[in-house]
Amino acid sequence: MGHTLAEKIIGAHVVNEERKLAPREVEPGDLVEAAVDVVLANDITAPISLREFPKLGVDEVFDPERIVLVADHFAPNKDIKSAEQCAQMRRFAREKEIVNHFDVGQMGIEHVLLPEQGLVLPGDIVVGADSHTCTYGALGAFATGMGSTDIAVAMATGIVWLRVPETVRFVYTGELQPWVGGKDLILYTIGQIGVSGALYRAMEFAGPVIEQLSMANRLTMSNMAIEAGGKAGLITVDETTRTYVEAARERGQVERDYTIYAPDADAAYEQVIEIDVSQIEPQVAFPHLPENARPASEAGTVKLDQAVIGSCTNGRLEDLRVAAQVLKGKRVHPDVRCIILPGTQTVYLEALHEGLIETFIEAGAAVSTPTCGPCLGGHMGILAAGERAISTTNRNFVGRMGHPESEVYLSSPAVAAASAIAGIITPPQEVIE
Amino acid sequence: MTLTGKAWTYGHNVDTDAIIPARYLNMSRPEDLAEHCMEDIDLRFADKVEPGDIIVGGDNFGCGSSREHAPLAIKGAGISCVIANSFARIFYRNAINIGLPILECPEAVAATEQGDQLTVDLTAGTIENERTGKTYHTSPLPDFIMEIVAAGGLVPYTRNWLEEKRSV
Repeated sequence: MGHTLAEKIIGAHVVNEERKLAPREVEPGDLVEAAVDVVLANDITAPISLREFPKLGVDEVFDPERIVLVADHFAPNKDIKSAEQCAQMRRFAREKEIVNHFDVGQMGIEHVLLPEQGLVLPGDIVVGADSHTCTYGALGAFATGMGSTDIAVAMATGIVWLRVPETVRFVYTGELQPWVGGKDLILYTIGQIGVSGALYRAMEFAGPVIEQLSMANRLTMSNMAIEAGGKAGLITVDETTRTYVEAARERGQVERDYTIYAPDADAAYEQVIEIDVSQIEPQVAFPHLPENARPASEAGTVKLDQAVIGSCTNGRLEDLRVAAQVLKGKRVHPDVRCIILPGTQTVYLEALHEGLIETFIEAGAAVSTPTCGPCLGGHMGILAAGERAISTTNRNFVGRMGHPESEVYLSSPAVAAASAIAGIITPPQEVIE
Repeated sequence: MTLTGKAWTYGHNVDTDAIIPARYLNMSRPEDLAEHCMEDIDLRFADKVEPGDIIVGGDNFGCGSSREHAPLAIKGAGISCVIANSFARIFYRNAINIGLPILECPEAVAATEQGDQLTVDLTAGTIENERTGKTYHTSPLPDFIMEIVAAGGLVPYTRNWLEEKRSV
């Protein structure tokens, strides 16, 4: 039997008892130790890693060039405690000579930033102390979130233990309807299988519809694999990936080589799920789970107080272009605070050059510096009791964006922008002629 | 190793925002986090929890973010063990890594009511419910994971290995 994409990449990174690289075939259920290519942490998860790191009895990290630290969650520092956490990470970066430390001014939302800067590449194993590390699966990498202690150990040794996951393959066929993109596909998929539908599994997204999707849309899909309990959300490398990666390598001046892996035609999948996209409308996930997906046209009258457009799910240039297309020449509803967060400084600058920022401000939206901020109820747009937000982020758990009695509805940038104008949840085609 | 305490029962998909809301992630000491553990879904918990108590959840316990603050908050609150139908995988790893015992046992979960007195034998893999008088069995952890647990968590496990490497 052949192997899935996850099995191929993990197998190529397996180390032996002496912890030397010893590639071999692996099967689902195998517990292996594997060498990692990139280790990531941010301003809220790194502090615990840095507390554990000295207990390992080593002074140096395994490779200062393979560690990435991003101050994005509560940065620019939202309070004194957050400032201390960023300062702690900054000191560690200086002390260990970690070149890829991104502070305010250079930083962006990590999962928009790392692919953009060419820091994660096809065929890599990437581990990050952030659950949305699975985003990089869209580049044909095996990328997964872990906790801070795992990341401390990975920083010291460059090695992690992994259980080789079973893979579920999702094959998307049919014709995409207008205003339907990666966010709608992944919300629909999670709606079908549930928030534990891919628990401990690798998800492989494939089929003619995926082949036509842009990288931004693919990154959005892989980003939310974790919301189905998935360990990774992988997409096979094709011409779209190669073009993106080469542009990113140029931008980030990364010279590292990479290897492209593909699943075997006779790979053993635990399950293959076929999804015909032709009937899928723009989606909205109702509180308080991402699995509560339904067509935006069937949302009923949900009155909104806030619309958030951005995040590691939908903070890329293409997302902002879609939002601007909807908001152009229109006004945000007077009862709605519309907050737009470009994912990185590069995205911000390009949005500025393209006139998107002007469109947002003229429409009455607030534009923020890149930050995870409101997505996790940190800062820059917290909800009061009883308030409702539509958001292009990835989670709508109780209290996620603020008060435990507030509500978050998840959608694409198109639906969020249209809803910001209407003041109630609205599909884009009702706002745009 | 035997653990005894009263049960705190919750439903399916208890997420890490429920276990410790993100607004408290500007702190990381277990005792600080424990004060806010579960507060968005259960305001009584932090006040009323007693050392040794046991959390009993449904499917997919600990889903959501990778925050290790979640098992740290639970451990800091004095919880001795979490029993659930299933765990989200990052939470599972984090709990093992920081030395918070976790057990998957749907039979015990189904039979447990809020406040039941439970006794867990980790070595034998048994859960005894005083009210029902029944004992439930769980499957043991894989050997590799038991090695991490036996070493006292991932940090001591790795430290041992690094020391062996240096002495060769």
